[in-house]
Amino acid sequence: MTTATDVIPPVTTTGHGAPGSRGSRRVRGIRYALLILFAALVLMPLYVLVVTSLKPSSDVDPSSAWGLPHALSAEGWRSAWDTLAPPLWRSVVLAVSVAVLSAILGAMNGFVFAKWRFPGSHIVFTAFLFGMFIPYQAVMIPLQGMMIGVESQLPWFTGIVKLIVVHTIFGIPICALIFRNYYATAVPTEILEAARVDGAGMLRVFWSVVLPVSAPAFVVTMIWQFTSAWNDFLFALFLTTRQNGPVTYALNELAGGQNPDYPSIMAGVLIASLPTLLVYIALGRYFIGGLMSGSVK
Amino acid sequence: MRNGVKTWLPGLLLVSPSIVLVGVFVYGLIGRNVYTSLNVTRNIVTDKIVNPGGYRNYTKLLGSDDYQHALWNLLVLTVVFLIGTMVMGLLWSVLLEKGARGEGFFRSVYLFPMAVSFIAGGVVWRWLLSPAQGEGQALGLNQLFIKLHLDGLQNQWWSSPSAFSMAAMAMPAIWQLSGYIMALFLAGFRGISDDQREAARIDGASEWKIYRHVLFPQLSPIALSALIILGHMSMKMFDLIYSIAGPNSYKAMVPATLMWTQMFASNDKVAAAVNATILLVIVAVVVVPYLIYTNRTEQEGR
Repeated sequence: MTTATDVIPPVTTTGHGAPGSRGSRRVRGIRYALLILFAALVLMPLYVLVVTSLKPSSDVDPSSAWGLPHALSAEGWRSAWDTLAPPLWRSVVLAVSVAVLSAILGAMNGFVFAKWRFPGSHIVFTAFLFGMFIPYQAVMIPLQGMMIGVESQLPWFTGIVKLIVVHTIFGIPICALIFRNYYATAVPTEILEAARVDGAGMLRVFWSVVLPVSAPAFVVTMIWQFTSAWNDFLFALFLTTRQNGPVTYALNELAGGQNPDYPSIMAGVLIASLPTLLVYIALGRYFIGGLMSGSVK
Repeated sequence: MRNGVKTWLPGLLLVSPSIVLVGVFVYGLIGRNVYTSLNVTRNIVTDKIVNPGGYRNYTKLLGSDDYQHALWNLLVLTVVFLIGTMVMGLLWSVLLEKGARGEGFFRSVYLFPMAVSFIAGGVVWRWLLSPAQGEGQALGLNQLFIKLHLDGLQNQWWSSPSAFSMAAMAMPAIWQLSGYIMALFLAGFRGISDDQREAARIDGASEWKIYRHVLFPQLSPIALSALIILGHMSMKMFDLIYSIAGPNSYKAMVPATLMWTQMFASNDKVAAAVNATILLVIVAVVVVPYLIYTNRTEQEGR
């Protein structure tokens, strides 16, 4: 079982075989050549993005598409920013709210599933996990109807508010899983028993014993939920509009025009991806922790 | 089980808001969707029956050419995507597992596409997989092939007339997820104690034999998890295809995008609900046994 804090452990030994021998040196050469080749392939789309985004929109000659820009231009970035700034802020509100709400629910659920079980809690947990794997298409039609119904009663229940509610709810399973796996290993049952013998009730144990050591699971869960809310498109497409949707919606609109303005589109991709990329670069090990818990085992 | 209701009841209460929410939004809405899928509908103008109702809605969709085309595309996409991602992920993890200088760098590079949305990735790949060919026309990879004097490699990618054109759509998906599989395998390799390699090496096993008979077998539970995760992602893949091929593309149609077309282009909510229900069943067939299996092994391990 993978816990939330597991990241890829470092190697335990330094190299294998005789380090200086000619054979191993050749193997190492091939290994690095492959590593660099694959890194170049993975980074190729990023190169396209950066290079194209800096070209003036008049530079439309296909044969120079892979070349560096003849003259640097901020035109693409400026026009993409003008289009994407409002939805970008809506996405910030969305992703931050979802991260906070999901983590609170996740801590409560994970604590119970790991340390304060009730009869049948297993079955409930497995039923939760299934909710993590369902194709959201299977709920989308009635969900859309339901959301429109609520909106007709509560006029403020639109766009981003809808998405906050929906992402928080459909994030319950994964967040419960991350916290449960974390608590199962990070909080020794003996400590809880001791607190209980001292007469502490469940909330007291949760608040004073468990929550203070929960920071790593909070970070992993919040990053995970931030990223998935930020990157979501399916819910946005079904539940929001051009006027009140998140940045993925706006980016798709920007890219879908009849006469594509590639510098602006590519700059738009970078702008829309920057927040999650920054999170990934700054907090990569926690990001991987979330990925790992997604694999259940 | 712990002693007495008084002990466990607070736990149940703490989880109960989530139980209600998951109950309503996951299971309730699934039920509602299945109910919708069984409806009878008539054409508003001609009053002719569009959906005959009950199980016949399902046989109607399953028998339709569109749906079979979508299923075929899904099969091609899934096979190429699974094989490509597993092979790439395993290869990268093997290249890195012994520790290389700059390992952190390579790991971060390989994993970074995972942090990007399918929509953003799709926008770039739409350009990379532009179908236009020939100097002065070609963009993306075709243009790159011209530049590298590999003109013969140019092709129309996912929009080519071939029945296997969806294989091209797997490329961006492989790009986005191989790093994830690498991370899973890498964690697996690092979990195997070094003594086992040493023992095999002393017995005279070659490096290849050590991988084949000592290391790979121990990675099979991880490989199973990886396959299930990738498989279910492939079944419901929507964003990437929508972003690359646009809405309502027949050529790149899979059940998930067909559902969008049914819902909005054909305005046939019932057919969309049928499609969504079948999609759920396909995913459940893969995922439920896996959940039961992990649940059981965990119980035994406790």
